[in-house]
Amino acid sequence: MNYTQELGPPRSLLPLELEGVSFSAGARLIIDDVSVRLDAGRRTVIVGPNGAGKSVLLRLCHGLLSPTHGTIRWNSPEAPGTARRQAMVFQRPVLLRRSALANVLYALQVAGVSRNHRQQRAREALLKVGLDGLRAHPARVLSGGEQQRLALARAWALRPEVLFLDEPTASLDPGAAQEIEAIIAAMHGAGTKILMVTHSLGQARRMADEILFLHQGRLIERASAERFFKHPRSLEAAQFLEGELPW
Amino acid sequence: MHYFSYIDVGVSSLPSAMSSLSQGGLEALRLIAGADPKLVQIVSLSLQVSLSAVAVACLAGLPLGAAIAVSRFHGRRALIVALNASMGLPPVVVGLLVYLMLSRAGPLGELGLLFTPAAMVVAQAILITPIIAALSRQVIEDAWMEYREQLHSLGETRLGAAVTLLWDLRFSLVTIVLAGFGRAAAEVGAVMIVGGNIDGVTRVMTTAIALETSKGDLPLALGLGMVLLVIVFSLNAAAYLVNETAQRRYG
Repeated sequence: MNYTQELGPPRSLLPLELEGVSFSAGARLIIDDVSVRLDAGRRTVIVGPNGAGKSVLLRLCHGLLSPTHGTIRWNSPEAPGTARRQAMVFQRPVLLRRSALANVLYALQVAGVSRNHRQQRAREALLKVGLDGLRAHPARVLSGGEQQRLALARAWALRPEVLFLDEPTASLDPGAAQEIEAIIAAMHGAGTKILMVTHSLGQARRMADEILFLHQGRLIERASAERFFKHPRSLEAAQFLEGELPW
Repeated sequence: MHYFSYIDVGVSSLPSAMSSLSQGGLEALRLIAGADPKLVQIVSLSLQVSLSAVAVACLAGLPLGAAIAVSRFHGRRALIVALNASMGLPPVVVGLLVYLMLSRAGPLGELGLLFTPAAMVVAQAILITPIIAALSRQVIEDAWMEYREQLHSLGETRLGAAVTLLWDLRFSLVTIVLAGFGRAAAEVGAVMIVGGNIDGVTRVMTTAIALETSKGDLPLALGLGMVLLVIVFSLNAAAYLVNETAQRRYG
């Protein structure tokens, strides 16, 4: 075991490199030979039509699925059995039948945070998402927007280097969605890499520094957000933007 | 098997059924209201035996159900089918098998447990462990489908996930445990065979009802029957209320 490395500041997880990654479920090829390198810093948003494989790609990166072919390599991989340095927020938050605070404490406990630090970190995270006043409430009876904010607080308390988000506002009303976007922006401001899937191009415009455009499981285009929305290079992206944009 | 001999006794001496029902019912209420020592003794032994059996069955069945729910292995489906099928184990068959195990010539004969409350606990626990394991497996697996990605994302191990699910589903599991208790308390065949229905030692509500009915002592049988019904009803009402309240409070 390399002690000097353990004592020093841990090396960054990023960049994340995908090399020829494919994923198939049965006979269906869902992700088809995707190679991409994701660096720290920028907010990366994955867009594409329904069934393009956006959510699957996100799960592959986060390790919830294993690629059928190809490799996914972190700069400094998480050692098995140690706390995760990445977190994910799902479209529908999965919360435990306990208080809002206890949900965050649970995540910290799984991450191996010592007991006397958990309380403070959980309260801080709840404050940041504006839920400290509701900390004693059972998590599952909170409103949809509050539940998603709690899911973000749970992720934030873990101080992840990378945050994956799978359509985090898809089942929320516009007001709640706006709050979620603000929290994500704040997490990014605090230094967390954002990798998000969305079907809302408006959200992609507001949130993205760079766009990954996925079509039928293939990574067709990668561009800065500004460029992607003004001058998509591929025909598929142009058609997608034309078909999806409300203006 | 001497303990079956009472069955032939006194059936012809039964008074006319309707009048005996009303008379016996009144007498039964008097026994209950007066906390008849014999009745109290039988009821309390019943509760001790069945609660112990439920405790044992929970210790075995809940972890088993949770483990099967969150794991994938060869033969898993066969195991689930077998588990579901054993929910319907006939009590007399279980009683017979436990009897053979515990009888003096049997492999566990040296323990001297036959015709003791401990033997009844063993038999009832064997009866209801599959019920608790199979039903909890179903409930936990449904929840696991919902929680799996989130718990994996947090870095939770399978063992940790099983424990988390057991606690998160505690209110649903209470209903399952009470179903198990109901089955244990209402069962007659297994405890009759391994307990022997010995007065003051292994006589429980169900075996006493069977015996007293055949002897023609309807008040005691009816009184015990009422107590048994009240226990089963109130447990189910309690389970319903617990669930209802929990649903509202915890979602």
